[in-house]
Amino acid sequence: MNAAVNSGAEGFLHRFDGLRARLPGTRMPWVQALREDAATRFRSAGFPTRRVEAWKYTDLRPVSDAGFDEALSILGDSADLPAPLCDRRAVFVDGRFREDASTLGSAEFAVDGLAQRLPQLEGRLGSLARPQEEPLVALNTMLFEDGLVVTVPAGVAGGLLELASFASGSERPAAFHPRHLIRLEAGASLTIVESARGPAETRYLHNPVFEIEVAEGATLTHTRVQQEGAKAFQLGTIYARVEAGGTYDNFTLNAGGRLVRNEIHVTLAGPRATCHMNGAQLLRHGQHADTTTFLDHAAPDCASRQTYKTVLSGKSRGVFQGKIHVHQVAQRTDGYQMNQALLLSPDAEIDSKPQLEIYADDVKCSHGATVGALDAEQLFYLRARGIPEEAARSMLVQAFLAEAIEGVADATSRAALEAAVSGWWEPAA
Amino acid sequence: MPAVAETLDTVQSVTEGTYKWGFSTDIEMDFAPKGLNEDIVRFISAKKNEPQWLLDWRLKAYATWLKMDEPTWPSVKYPKIDFQDAYYYAAPKVKSGPKSLDEVDPELLKTYAKLGIPLKEQAILAGVEGAGDSPSEGGRMPIAVDAVFDSVSVATSYKARLAKDGIIFCAISEAVHEYPELVRQYLGSVVPQGDNYYAALNSAVFTDGSFVYIPKGVRCPMELSTYFRINAKSTGQFERTLIIADEGAVVSYLEGCTAPMRDENQLHAAVVELVAMDDAQIKYSTVQNWYPGDAEGRGGIYNFVTKRAQCRGARSKVSWTQVETGSAITWKYPSCVLLGDDSVGEFYSVAITNNHQQADTGTKMIHVGKRTTSTIVSKGISAGKGQNTYRGLVRVAPSASGARNHTQCDSLLIGDQCGAHTVPYIENRNMTAKVEHEATTSRIAEDQLFYCRQRGLSEEDAVGLIVNGFCREVLKELPMEFAVEAQKLLQISLEGSVG
Repeated sequence: MNAAVNSGAEGFLHRFDGLRARLPGTRMPWVQALREDAATRFRSAGFPTRRVEAWKYTDLRPVSDAGFDEALSILGDSADLPAPLCDRRAVFVDGRFREDASTLGSAEFAVDGLAQRLPQLEGRLGSLARPQEEPLVALNTMLFEDGLVVTVPAGVAGGLLELASFASGSERPAAFHPRHLIRLEAGASLTIVESARGPAETRYLHNPVFEIEVAEGATLTHTRVQQEGAKAFQLGTIYARVEAGGTYDNFTLNAGGRLVRNEIHVTLAGPRATCHMNGAQLLRHGQHADTTTFLDHAAPDCASRQTYKTVLSGKSRGVFQGKIHVHQVAQRTDGYQMNQALLLSPDAEIDSKPQLEIYADDVKCSHGATVGALDAEQLFYLRARGIPEEAARSMLVQAFLAEAIEGVADATSRAALEAAVSGWWEPAA
Repeated sequence: MPAVAETLDTVQSVTEGTYKWGFSTDIEMDFAPKGLNEDIVRFISAKKNEPQWLLDWRLKAYATWLKMDEPTWPSVKYPKIDFQDAYYYAAPKVKSGPKSLDEVDPELLKTYAKLGIPLKEQAILAGVEGAGDSPSEGGRMPIAVDAVFDSVSVATSYKARLAKDGIIFCAISEAVHEYPELVRQYLGSVVPQGDNYYAALNSAVFTDGSFVYIPKGVRCPMELSTYFRINAKSTGQFERTLIIADEGAVVSYLEGCTAPMRDENQLHAAVVELVAMDDAQIKYSTVQNWYPGDAEGRGGIYNFVTKRAQCRGARSKVSWTQVETGSAITWKYPSCVLLGDDSVGEFYSVAITNNHQQADTGTKMIHVGKRTTSTIVSKGISAGKGQNTYRGLVRVAPSASGARNHTQCDSLLIGDQCGAHTVPYIENRNMTAKVEHEATTSRIAEDQLFYCRQRGLSEEDAVGLIVNGFCREVLKELPMEFAVEAQKLLQISLEGSVG
């Protein structure tokens, strides 16, 4: 296989042709149809370029120029896994569910690997994802091998579940495209703490897609700690649909990876549904991280809150794009969005595009954005009290982030976030 | 001298002067055939007796335009424009106009009455056939014509005053002949020919517009206004305006007028270029109230404008203020490129969309110089089925240390069929820069309305009062002449949107 065919959209399509017979669901016509439609779409769209408005600030050329092998052929080992955060943990290595490494215990609801449950997923898999609109979701649909399937039955308090994803660090760059399906039935609740890690020296592509259904009165808390390896690409897309009175609470911390896109689509589909989307991006060296959110207010009396913070040092580049769309039926919508960036280096860049699109009149919607450096007066205040400059800077950065993290109610989630944040901050020389 | 004789004299001098200044040449109405090609561009240039360099410049623009695609990114919808189905030079002016005021949309006439415009002037604004064409009728001067011509005569007397300070204020076609070095130096230096689709089209076929040069250290003694320079009827379809404020110069320029104007040219693609040198200040105010189409959204002007300022000098300042109430579609982003250290850019905007109107407007503030500051205040009001979009860019280049921006954009929704959208872009590449953006969307609160109604205000007056309060930050930036009229205008634009 030469480099020209190995890389870019062509490379993925070429490998799809080769893997067709080995991907899960080969004998299920509905899976085949999904994959073929997605392939057709990906073939015509290719990787989005910066001429596409939603990708104005993120250049995917490093991904499309790189050559990958699908993980299917190179399943690695999962020797040193960090200690679990809670009793139940689903482990994924290179995008594949590892039941042997997971601790699932017995609970009132089932946690399964997608590949083995595939026959029962017709109509559920692909019900929210929109591969026709998002080329990367098409790529995932074309090549997904596995994923997490969780269904919490009505009224069940599901407690905590850790979703841990590791890249094995094979010598050949791997690409994996897990598809995670999470469903909370009426009145159910669940907290998912998701982590993503990988070795520092290996190039790989992690392209997960989530389809999340939150039924009437259910509550899903979804905390994500992204600490991929320094050469990794993570391009993730979440689709969540929240019915009447339900709540979807997402916090995403982007600290790792070389090029990261965190795209979230939430539809508030029933009255009084609520969504919190918060996050922080901690960037240094040449990292590029992009958080893009789409919040669809499609029913009346819903509320949404978004707070995103980005800290940039080195030659890093941060992107925030957030769109709130209020449909005509969505009267009495209460929407708020704030994004703030702190620039610590003269070479860093932040691009921010908050967006309101409103078609209902009885609404309260606002957004704000600020960009700036550390406040010289605050720094002076701390220095005057004998705190060394680096420590003072560190304190101010921590305080900046604390505002976002404080809002995370679940203790386990918050501990995981705080650990990642304190690990990230090492005063520059 | 009796008043009538004096008027006749004035009119006489003005009409003679008209030819000299080239304001409305070709009254004999020779016009180029429909369509657009290289020959039409040559024809326009030849008609204006332009030098070779300008013809070449136009042809280059035309060649560029041919290679460009019509932009589709703004959130506005309109049928595809057939560029071959339009006149680009002296289109027949009154052929399709109404024969008398009786044929004019009664809603339009009501508006005129509310603005207090005399009957004859109403006819001119509404484009009634023959109105304003005949300077005399049985030896007697129609009053309204006087009024309009008076504006011109005001301009003549002002012209002398301006000349005393060395200020140049004339039609751009005149400036091409009188001040070729200045025009050649600055034309296209802010908005190049290939800048965007409509700017390229304008560069190829522009026919009229203003040229202003304020010499070093001169503070222009009066507000300069298009309304005074050319009578309302001949505002060009492809206007080209160029204003240069040399070191330390100060000028305030007014564009447009509050009266709704009927215009047979559906597409307006103007280009405005401003250049401010060291310590210079330019204030550019616009009140745009072109025909918005009827209540069903038929007709109406497409206003696709490129306006840009370069603050080239240190401590220079450019301030854009706009009140956009007219046009079926408004699509413009008056921008500032802040090159000089400590230069300042400001943008104050009110945009109203009612019925089926669409507006996609905002600004770009490009910070390049050190300690440059910019302020953006945008107020969007949507009523009826109107769609209102604020689209803006604040870009801080790595060189712009200490740059500062504050943006405030608020939207007000009246009725549940309209839309309000906010699309700000913030790009910061300098850690010492501080950029802030805030946006809100709300509707007129019931309690505010109740409070006003309880005190005996009609619902429409109450809405007018609340809307004026909502826009106050912008309206107070307008020069006195405009501010009062603009307030009235806001209220009239929103008529029928409540109750």
